[in-house]
Amino acid sequence: MLSQIRGTWPLIGCWSGVRMCQTGARTKSSSSGLFIGSGLVLQSRSTDVHHNLALEDWIDANVDLQHCSILLLWRNRAAVVIGRHQNPWTECNLPAMQRMGIPLARRRSGGGTVYHDLGNLNLTFFTSKKAYDRKRNLKVITEALRQVRPGLDVQATDRFDILLNGHYKISGTASRLSKKSSYHHCTLLYSAERSVLTTVLNPSHFGIHSNATPSVPSPVANLQDYVPSLQWEELLDALVHQYNAEFGFNSALNLVDPADESVFPGHQKFASELQSWDWKFGKTPMFSVHTFLELKDNQSLAQTRAKLHMEIKNGLIGSCELDIPADWLPKRLSGELSALLVGERFCPHRAAAALSALLRFESGDLKDRLHNLCDAVLSVMG
Amino acid sequence: MAAVTRGSFSLLRRMLSHQYHHRGFRSDWTLKPHVFRCDTKLQLLSSRLLHTAMMFRGPIVQFKLSDIGEGIMEVTVKEWYVKEGDKVSQFDSICEVQSDKASVTITSRYDGIIKKLYYDVDTTALVGKPLVDIETESSSEVIQEEDVVETPAMAREEHTHQEIKGHKTQATPAVRRLAMENNIKLSEVVGTGKDGRILKEDILNFLAKQTGAILPPAPFQEIQTPVPAPSLFAAEPVSTPAATQPSPATPKWPVFTGKDVTAPLKGFSKAMVRTMTAALKIPHFGYCDDVDLSQLVALRAELRSVAESRGIKLSFMPFFIKAASLGLLQFPVLNASVDEACQNITYKVSHNIGLAMDTSQGLLVPNVKNVQLLSVFEIAQELNRLQMLGVSGQLGTAELSGGTFTLSNIGSIGGTYAKPVILPPEVAIGALGKIQVLPRFNDGGQVIRAHIMNVSWSADHRIIDGATMCRFSNLWREYLENPAKMVLDLK
Repeated sequence: MLSQIRGTWPLIGCWSGVRMCQTGARTKSSSSGLFIGSGLVLQSRSTDVHHNLALEDWIDANVDLQHCSILLLWRNRAAVVIGRHQNPWTECNLPAMQRMGIPLARRRSGGGTVYHDLGNLNLTFFTSKKAYDRKRNLKVITEALRQVRPGLDVQATDRFDILLNGHYKISGTASRLSKKSSYHHCTLLYSAERSVLTTVLNPSHFGIHSNATPSVPSPVANLQDYVPSLQWEELLDALVHQYNAEFGFNSALNLVDPADESVFPGHQKFASELQSWDWKFGKTPMFSVHTFLELKDNQSLAQTRAKLHMEIKNGLIGSCELDIPADWLPKRLSGELSALLVGERFCPHRAAAALSALLRFESGDLKDRLHNLCDAVLSVMG
Repeated sequence: MAAVTRGSFSLLRRMLSHQYHHRGFRSDWTLKPHVFRCDTKLQLLSSRLLHTAMMFRGPIVQFKLSDIGEGIMEVTVKEWYVKEGDKVSQFDSICEVQSDKASVTITSRYDGIIKKLYYDVDTTALVGKPLVDIETESSSEVIQEEDVVETPAMAREEHTHQEIKGHKTQATPAVRRLAMENNIKLSEVVGTGKDGRILKEDILNFLAKQTGAILPPAPFQEIQTPVPAPSLFAAEPVSTPAATQPSPATPKWPVFTGKDVTAPLKGFSKAMVRTMTAALKIPHFGYCDDVDLSQLVALRAELRSVAESRGIKLSFMPFFIKAASLGLLQFPVLNASVDEACQNITYKVSHNIGLAMDTSQGLLVPNVKNVQLLSVFEIAQELNRLQMLGVSGQLGTAELSGGTFTLSNIGSIGGTYAKPVILPPEVAIGALGKIQVLPRFNDGGQVIRAHIMNVSWSADHRIIDGATMCRFSNLWREYLENPAKMVLDLK
């Protein structure tokens, strides 16, 4: 079954690429032989961050973007999305996210970390690599906003952000270039939960050294705070209208369901990959942890300090060195702990299962101290 | 339709490439690489000191970093998908680069072997300068034009077709390799894929028809349709949906295309080995019994709605756990612990009863702390919490350590009898089978329906004797067979 559409042509028409897309939009060839294609506007019904990211992957892999450009509008329930080469442990507060039930997702494009929720609109501009033009895409957004609210001070910057009133960031950009195609996606803060945003994007970790792409923090604002009368539907319509006007297309807004395998066969495969630990965490560039652990004996209230050094590659602990005063715990115990962690995921839950087994073999004071050490090591992992 | 074919084809292709990189397999694509290698070896043997270009079949091509677009002159190399010595095909991913928030996957333009990587990870690569050196095969096609010029969709597909007797047969490199390894001509196989494409199943069907044997499942994950299994001792060729070929005169043995995979045990698995090795040192004895849960089933049915109104799912486990704790009050030796040398025994006051839980990681045993202080409802609450943590993979050391006695509800998966292994430093464990409805005689000699569950206990025979275990089990059973008795002794 084709998903419900608001346009007048079936969706499948565009996939062929050589046929005409959408409502009577004609493919023109200018005299120079350049192929000007047609455009399609889609809106995803899903609010699942993995399904939507997988939809982007699907379109990038399956649609011939030489002859057809696409604008995809989507939004997600609360999630944190990191860039392709970023380190989740340094970018966001993983324990807080877990408590709040906010998932982490890693997208395939570069750039920094963003917080998504239903008050944030995402736009993805799919084009051929030749037609890749981020400035032009951002112009669609700024012009659309000026159309509905003339005089609104929105400007695109050199870093491809959009600033409101010259100061507040309302949109950030990232993109992905493939062999022949490209996509440029950006956010648009309409009414996101600012307090949640601040909490989750404040990393809980220190002592991590990595060459992963760092995010550049900026003060943000919601459009709705400055333009309270702007409705969501009004914003969407303005964007669609401006997209058509800018690129000479004539597409209506089509609702699509990414999970519908009859329209998007193979989508589930993309989604599964994006949801896997190996993708989300395993793709983190190599990094190391150098930190101090404050250890406490709950019985005697004695305290001490240990040094921890770990090297993590592909999300797995490659090496682990624990330097603990010999009078606190016998060296063999810290050695056993380190040995047990090597090769395991840099994940507190996996490590907890392994370390709990170690605790079985100790008793009394030694066990308490060992337990305290285990918890300290696990807290480093998020 | 050309773009759809190209699209789904390139999707398949890209996915294939990704999997190969993941597993360390290199896609093998034509016969030529094998021939090439043999030749080189011969040449090496004959002229060891000569080190000229004559030894290589094809030229070494400097694959330059092509124009990314938007006037970008340099990028950062973020990840390499290949290393020196790896084989690549055209369109395989070589590396991932990033520039100015744009992430780009660089794919190979050539078939060949990677000879040199010009950059390390996190260094800057310049557009127009060499990225890798690839030793190509002399007869392979090379697309010379720039990325930005549009090529008709058909050109790319032609590259991977095997031309046999002038008839183009469509098949992915993995399928062609499978055919080649089994000496099958693709022209003899009927393709059931799109546009007559030959799929892995078609090759396997072809083999199965020839040998009449069941073939083992293949390791590659490209296609999910199951292989039909013909009868093992079929005298005549079995007909399958794709069959149009008569069986050849000489049957061939099935070729197993799987490969053993060896990996070191790490982390949790390593810990498990240690625990179980220690467990082996404990002399176990087993004791089993049947429990008639008919009355408990009725009781739970009554109480279920009450628990749900309080937001808790009530299973049988809270009753089993509470009954065990009441039993341990009478037989504290079962809640004890011995040191490794078995010199001292410690009688533990807290009844921290562990629940064996089957999670995605394997067997985890979180425990409910201080069951001797908890009501059945409170135990049910704690169980709900532990189960939720277990499902989301969030059990911590607090939940996973400190257990003194364990129950394993293997019956929830299936099974009746078991021989559970004691988890040191504990001294006893019970495995609960599934609840079955079986015929039993009542007091009046009539046959009635009874809900019967088997329990299999194991205990450390160094400190626990058979009689103790038997009496504990009887007490536990009595509490469950007659829940009213539990009410009498509840603390």
